[in-house]
Amino acid sequence: MNIIKTENLTFEYIRRDEEGNVEGIVKAVDEVTLSVKAGEFIAILGHNGSGKSTFAKHINAILYPTEGSIFVDGKDTADDEHLWDIRQIAGMVFQNPDNQIIGQVVEEDVGFGPENMGIPTKEIWERVEESLRAVGMYEHRKKSPNRLSGGQKQRVSIAGVLAMHPKCIVLDEPTAMLDPSGRKEVIRAIRALNDVEKITIILITHYMEEIIHADRVFVMEQGKIAMSGTPREIFSRVDELKALRLDVPQVTLLAHELKKNGIPGIPPAVLTVDELAAIIAMSS
Amino acid sequence: MLRDITLGQYYQTDSIIHRLDPRVKLVTTICFIITLFMVKGFAGFIIGALFLALIIKLSKVPFKFMIRGMKAIIFLLLFAVVFNLFLTPGTPAVAWGKISITWEGIRLSATLAVRLVMLIMGSSIMTLTTTPNNLTDGLEKLMKPLRIFKVPVHEVAMMMSIALRFIPILLEETDKIMKAQIARGADFESGNLIKKAKSLVPLLVPLFISAFRRANDLAMAMEARCYRGGDNRTKMKPLVYKTHDRISYLFVIIYMVVSIFADRLLL
Repeated sequence: MNIIKTENLTFEYIRRDEEGNVEGIVKAVDEVTLSVKAGEFIAILGHNGSGKSTFAKHINAILYPTEGSIFVDGKDTADDEHLWDIRQIAGMVFQNPDNQIIGQVVEEDVGFGPENMGIPTKEIWERVEESLRAVGMYEHRKKSPNRLSGGQKQRVSIAGVLAMHPKCIVLDEPTAMLDPSGRKEVIRAIRALNDVEKITIILITHYMEEIIHADRVFVMEQGKIAMSGTPREIFSRVDELKALRLDVPQVTLLAHELKKNGIPGIPPAVLTVDELAAIIAMSS
Repeated sequence: MLRDITLGQYYQTDSIIHRLDPRVKLVTTICFIITLFMVKGFAGFIIGALFLALIIKLSKVPFKFMIRGMKAIIFLLLFAVVFNLFLTPGTPAVAWGKISITWEGIRLSATLAVRLVMLIMGSSIMTLTTTPNNLTDGLEKLMKPLRIFKVPVHEVAMMMSIALRFIPILLEETDKIMKAQIARGADFESGNLIKKAKSLVPLLVPLFISAFRRANDLAMAMEARCYRGGDNRTKMKPLVYKTHDRISYLFVIIYMVVSIFADRLLL
């Protein structure tokens, strides 16, 4: 079952100069056709302005396609009748943790989504507890969000989406504003949701290390899908990635350079330090 | 630290007054103020003072916090008392040439002072024992009947609680921008009032831009979480009257009746 399916999805906007005159039409997303199966972990990669965030906002029906169509769980987002269903099925976590937390207490923020959906009070509390436990923030439920670290705030945001019982969570650069340890925290929480709760994850990022655990990766460039495949397939094409101005993880780059310089026994893509260490130990 | 700032003047402790439904506290405060302005004689004021003393005692808030609220109105109080003292016509008690203090003036300014002091104490006990968040909730529920007159009660309450949530964030941001401007040679300290006001422009412009950007992001995040106004919305922490809330209402009614009757009879 495909949870997300797009057909020639195109989104255009009119760029204006400072006086408001039309400078031209920009295709932020250009004829993207893809499908995502339920339970998959998808990563969408691309540098700034590649259209990845614009694409993500279509999944939650925040933006509508100019041309083509997108179906979320079989429902067309262009159909207003399905709007709230779609927003419940496909939750969205944004980049800046401060700008998406509404409640003044952690538990109240997590309850915001279920409140909007009209869930009875008792069930809201059950959902809040279960969601906060799933991201490991239950001990902090009585705290003010202002007192949490960036990684913790982002986990609260994820819990807030989780409490709406979505089938799919879209994360739009959730780690861009975090420090390395916060980044690890958030990625660990996301992976757990995918493994344990079987929730479809669509992770939008420009950090290469975060896509290693994905089932499939799409690389976007100028609104089009430039590459797609498993992380290993993507990382075996180091030169192409470099042409798209994306950095590969250091260890992958090292393996690539070793291979290029004729060291025998190096596979086309190496993802982790341990993997490369094992290969080198084996071949020497 | 800026993020530690407490809004309003909430005093955290556990007391029966803290646990009361915010609606009870709002209604009581309003009733108390109305009663204060209805009574005229000593009896009414003494009953009012006793009522207030009892609540302060029950709330476990130290008395000095009440006094703190008084500092803000000390000048208003002085002005009102002095004007009433000297400008009320009637039988003079003391007179220096053209200036005189009348008995009516003394009486009027004394009543005024007592009323103002009790009014401030009464309303600060409410803000001291209720979190801003709770107060907003209470207001929303109390004002709900106004919806038939198309007053956007839920929307206003939502705006208030979002404003409360963003005040510490914007304060932190102000601090950041200020430091960034100081690092580049901006001067917020010296000069006269006009110069100081002008120096705030480079602080306020980026602050406003960032606030608008945040508002935009927040609106999107709220919509993404299915926010569509107050209709069909359930509450995670609904306000429900409990036994002690009902008893408090009864107590307030008794207080009002007793003080008004005592005032009329014992005057």
